[in-house]
Amino acid sequence: MQEFLQLVVSGISTGAIFASLALALVLIYNAMGLVNFAQGEMAMFATFIAYTLVNAGMSFWIAFPVTMVLAFGGGILIQRVVIRPVERAPVLTLVIITLGLATLVNGVAGFLWGYVPRSFASPFSPDSVDLGGVFVSYRDLGVIAVSGLVLLAIYLLLQHTTVGLTLRAAAHHPEASRLLGVHVSWMLALGWGLASAVGAVSGMMVAPILLLEPNMMQTIIIYAFAAAVLGGIESPLGAVVGGLLVGVTVNLAGAYIPNAGDLQLAFGLGIIILVLILKPNGLFGRAATRRV
Amino acid sequence: MQRIRTAPPRYWLVLLVVIFFLGFPTVISSFLASEWAQALILAIAIMGLNILVGYSGQLSLGHGAFMAMGAYISAILAHRYKMDYLATVPIAAVVTGVVGFLFGIPSLRLSPLYLALATFALAVVTPSLIKRPADLTGGVQGILIVQPDPPQLASDVFGAVTGTAMTSDQWIYYITLACALILFWLAWNLARRRPGRAMRAIRDGEVAAAASGVNVAGFKTLAFGISAFYAGTAGSLFALSTGFISADTFPVSLSIQLLVGAVVGGLASIPGPLLGAIFAYFLPIGSNQWVPSQTWLPDQITSTVKNAGPAVSYGVILILIMMFAPNGMVGLIRSGYATLDRRLRGAPDPKTGQMPPDPQTV
Repeated sequence: MQEFLQLVVSGISTGAIFASLALALVLIYNAMGLVNFAQGEMAMFATFIAYTLVNAGMSFWIAFPVTMVLAFGGGILIQRVVIRPVERAPVLTLVIITLGLATLVNGVAGFLWGYVPRSFASPFSPDSVDLGGVFVSYRDLGVIAVSGLVLLAIYLLLQHTTVGLTLRAAAHHPEASRLLGVHVSWMLALGWGLASAVGAVSGMMVAPILLLEPNMMQTIIIYAFAAAVLGGIESPLGAVVGGLLVGVTVNLAGAYIPNAGDLQLAFGLGIIILVLILKPNGLFGRAATRRV
Repeated sequence: MQRIRTAPPRYWLVLLVVIFFLGFPTVISSFLASEWAQALILAIAIMGLNILVGYSGQLSLGHGAFMAMGAYISAILAHRYKMDYLATVPIAAVVTGVVGFLFGIPSLRLSPLYLALATFALAVVTPSLIKRPADLTGGVQGILIVQPDPPQLASDVFGAVTGTAMTSDQWIYYITLACALILFWLAWNLARRRPGRAMRAIRDGEVAAAASGVNVAGFKTLAFGISAFYAGTAGSLFALSTGFISADTFPVSLSIQLLVGAVVGGLASIPGPLLGAIFAYFLPIGSNQWVPSQTWLPDQITSTVKNAGPAVSYGVILILIMMFAPNGMVGLIRSGYATLDRRLRGAPDPKTGQMPPDPQTV
């Protein structure tokens, strides 16, 4: 039982990482009905920036917000340069473009920092704390706390500020918002910036656990897809719940199914396929209705 | 001029291409022939992807997984059950095709976006799925494949033309060429007849297609099956041509390479996959040979460019083609030809109605 609880807590910690990336996916999906295949690579790139800043002598807790701001700017830049010219193109075109973006960002990171894995020092102490018989590492708690704060901040921004309101309005009813004087195009860019910044958090949280290299996020993005699909791809709350569920499931499966090792990733694929077949709208998604 | 212009699908061009590919190995080295064989294999797989994405409008980012399946079916049959390798190619193709058809059934319910997502996940997971049944697939150690010797007749004919005996690489090239010719011919027939028309109708408007009596579900799964059939053939030939397969032979980047080839060549066209395959196959090889040969570049840059070059150029090309030339190379050639043709005839521009300059000056 104690082992089970420990596994659940560390599952929540990895789940929080998946949740951040899944939320980034949901933000862009809501803005323009598109799954951003480059989200993971953008987060990886941001993590490399954080790594460079820390190596230049900056403290992690200063590098963290600085990286988020840079990632925000980078997201807006990408939206303006690459996505905006094809905003109205068919889904097929957009997906191929984000995939091209993923390949490009991956290559540029490989070009700048090389493919040798680097260790990224964790900002949290490696000790554990005893919570009623369950030993929880400060690292897990730290990841949960940081991700939780960021997710809370995004929630407050979206639901309780004017910017959040216009952002949601521009995503759901672009025409009506335009008539009311909202700069819809810039709101979409803002969505990309926010997604990029939230994604960067997941990169910076996962880098100390994995090693930092250009392909680091390739597995994480699959779990994030699973989380977003499980929660319902248009629901921010669903992304968070989905992320936590996927994290705990994968962690438990990895521990209790013998020799799971390599197959953990296949659980991600399994979740995606099961949800899409059994409940395509996810846990929190609304049933899609279409006028023909 | 008049006769060439009104000629139906340019048979003379097709004939020229076939003669070129038939004669090519007699003038290049055996090693280059094996590289071209792999480019042709890629062309077969890309044609499969083209039928799915270009004609039926369903996006698969996981065609590398179908290639892996074809490759492993052939390799296991040949390695464990001592079958003749060439006899395993059609088996691998058919089995992969059936699996693709079955895969197409749940895909019917998915929106294009979800389908892309699920197939992408499949592509990422493929290597670890292969590693798992290690005693069947050889896991990370992989499977070695014995390359067949050319039969006496082929060797004699080849020897009579070039003066040297045929190597097994050259034999594999001709096997691949034969498969590619048959499969491209089939695809051409498919595209211009009823199934092709039905698929395009579905791609352009599912509801309208259904209202016109097209069996939407049937043709969508059929497209998946045919597409997987092509990928399975390509995978099986790929294993034969490399002589060795392991879990890491089929990374995500293979699926991306296929997509790049399909997009660059031109979706929904028959010559597109061939052009795209040659491009996608030789771009990384070419840059890997060109960059290290530049002595003025420092060593460190050379080695990074070697690793990162293909990814960067693939990414940039995917984005630029999708933005500025969504019909790929074939589209560019066609529109260029149409402009040239119009100028030669002295016809006005169809959009603006502007007359071209004096034909004599062109």
